[in-house]
Amino acid sequence: MSYKHLSLSLAVLLAATLVACGKSGTSATTPATPEVNSGASDVSVVKIGASAPLTGPQAHIGKDNENGTRMAIEDANAKGVIIGGKKVRFELLSEDDQTDPKTATIVAQKLVDAKVSGVIGHLNSGTTIPASRIYSDNGIPQISPSATAVTYTAQGFKTAFRVMANDGQQGKVLGEFAAKTLGAKKIAVLDDRTAYGQGLADEFIKSAQANGAQIVTHEYTTDKAVDFTAVLTSIKGKKPDLVFFGGMDPQGAPMLKQLKTLALDVKFMMGDGGYTPKFIENAGAASEGAYASLPGVPLDHMPGGKDFSQRYEAKFKQPIQLYAPYCYDAVNVMIAAMQKAGSADPAKYLPELAKVEYDGVTARITFDDKGDLMGGAITLYQVQQGKWQPLQTMGGGPAAAH
Amino acid sequence: MDIFLQQILNGLVQGSVYALVALGYTMVYGILGLINFAHGEVVMVGAMVALTVSQLLLATGLPPLLVLLIALMVAAAACMVLGYGIERIAYRPLRNAPRLAPLITAIGVSIVLQNLAMIFWGREYHAFPQLLPNGLHTLGGAVINDVQLIIMLVALLMMTGLMLLVHRTRLGRAMRAVAENPSAAMLMGVDINRVISVTFMLGSALAAVAGIMVSANYGIVHYYMGSILGLKAFTAAVLGGIGNLRGAMLGGVLLGLIESLGAGYIGDLSGGFFGSNYQDVFAFFVLIAVLIFRPSGLLGERVAERA
Repeated sequence: MSYKHLSLSLAVLLAATLVACGKSGTSATTPATPEVNSGASDVSVVKIGASAPLTGPQAHIGKDNENGTRMAIEDANAKGVIIGGKKVRFELLSEDDQTDPKTATIVAQKLVDAKVSGVIGHLNSGTTIPASRIYSDNGIPQISPSATAVTYTAQGFKTAFRVMANDGQQGKVLGEFAAKTLGAKKIAVLDDRTAYGQGLADEFIKSAQANGAQIVTHEYTTDKAVDFTAVLTSIKGKKPDLVFFGGMDPQGAPMLKQLKTLALDVKFMMGDGGYTPKFIENAGAASEGAYASLPGVPLDHMPGGKDFSQRYEAKFKQPIQLYAPYCYDAVNVMIAAMQKAGSADPAKYLPELAKVEYDGVTARITFDDKGDLMGGAITLYQVQQGKWQPLQTMGGGPAAAH
Repeated sequence: MDIFLQQILNGLVQGSVYALVALGYTMVYGILGLINFAHGEVVMVGAMVALTVSQLLLATGLPPLLVLLIALMVAAAACMVLGYGIERIAYRPLRNAPRLAPLITAIGVSIVLQNLAMIFWGREYHAFPQLLPNGLHTLGGAVINDVQLIIMLVALLMMTGLMLLVHRTRLGRAMRAVAENPSAAMLMGVDINRVISVTFMLGSALAAVAGIMVSANYGIVHYYMGSILGLKAFTAAVLGGIGNLRGAMLGGVLLGLIESLGAGYIGDLSGGFFGSNYQDVFAFFVLIAVLIFRPSGLLGERVAERA
């Protein structure tokens, strides 16, 4: 009976999916160097964990995070860092969380078991939040370079920090900009149903409505989709003058392209997930005029931004995608706290991290009592002649004053 | 009304692609009773090869349409070699093994191909060059562009060609004979190894065409693109009745329409309770419903039972 074979096939497929989920804890890059704490040399090894999606649709952004982290660690090793009178060599343990919340917790446990002194990650809010509980339970300091969902630092974990403004701030600025500066009256909102996309969209809606715009519809997609024609067609029926998408560039770029194909002539806006060179490359001519925001000041205006981007490009032979400078800072902030405490022991340097003051590439970094970046600025960008051009920087206290 | 028409058009374009990929699944299943789970990856390889070829050729200044034709031929040839290789290495040695074995090698091949592509082409999204004209046409309030028109036309042509091949040629007769009873076909002098190889190569060539059409439509290529497309196309094949060519086409187009209308209207119909993010769930929900009430798919399975 043929359909018996079919049900067998389905069962095998299901099993394979389960296997795929199970193996997801495996790392993409595991420098399995044993702890070299030999008495002969005075160099002790400090392990720093990092996690981002290194496979799947957001792999290019995840790799960018890993590069930024790696660069900071290699710089520190080249310089030679002394902690508590002892020479220290840092070692990077980079793990692939596949943008999957489930995998993120496995990876987090793995990093904890490997006895890392701190973690730089994760990239997405959806992975950072579940992982943060595990780091908190084990007392491991975690600095996310890019997770912007408000929830992350609102859980009361002493170990959770971020070096970027959160979506409460970002969504507010975006909504205000859309309704006031761009004069949008009817706004359609789409999000990818991740902790980040959903959170940002909700904050955006609140702020846009407060500024007098009407939300005509709120539609959803996923962070794996490439076809949005059906949703966009239904949005077209609502006749908006601006479409806002809470999500990342793998969806944003084709979405904008399909918007133009449907002859839907509206303004298009995203948060920090859209601000990448890849977005422009993949959306092509359709990207002209699109808006996005990024917490922090433009790279050119960052204290060490120019120098950083030149060195990054020379080292990795590709432009910065998105968060690499933030990862670089996150590592250095962590190292600065370790130096201040004179120890790489998480319990000892965590109090120092909470009150750290550090002049990074992106901004002057200090944390508030929740672990959020103090005075985080938000910059709005537009694609003009095939390049992201800064329009204006909003908010941000002394951090943006450089 | 124009919005409804637009959703129908969206569904037809999407469905044409599903149908083309579904043909690859159904052909192999019809003849071997095997689900070739690596088929989605063949689609991806076709798109990737076409991307590389067209990038190389565009640099030399050839006209885009010529570039597309060459890229299509190279990609189809590469996929045919790949399809042949997959069958020869992963399936043929297991032809008389228990049914579970080739299924597992199929999944293995799929994972291997995906990772090889990731190593070879990188893990980022690539922009697929625009090789086809991209003008917009208005049709009763709905909009369609040249690429989408070409997709539907090409899909129709390929499907008609395949039907003619299977039902009107000597090779097609051999394929049907092997499908009905391999041992009897062999006794009648049909070289079944050759027929099976040719089936895999044909399906892979169709996959290459589908891969290029998807890439041209979305303008994006990614090593990951084959998995979900493959799963959808497999669903389409099952929906229409796996093993049946007409069923695969019907299933593909139906699935495209269901997805498009489902995603477009579910929010309004359920008062916002279900959102358009249930687009994929919709497709699989329909699959489950069909399998419960018509386990052999809409058009049924026409291959006779094997002893």
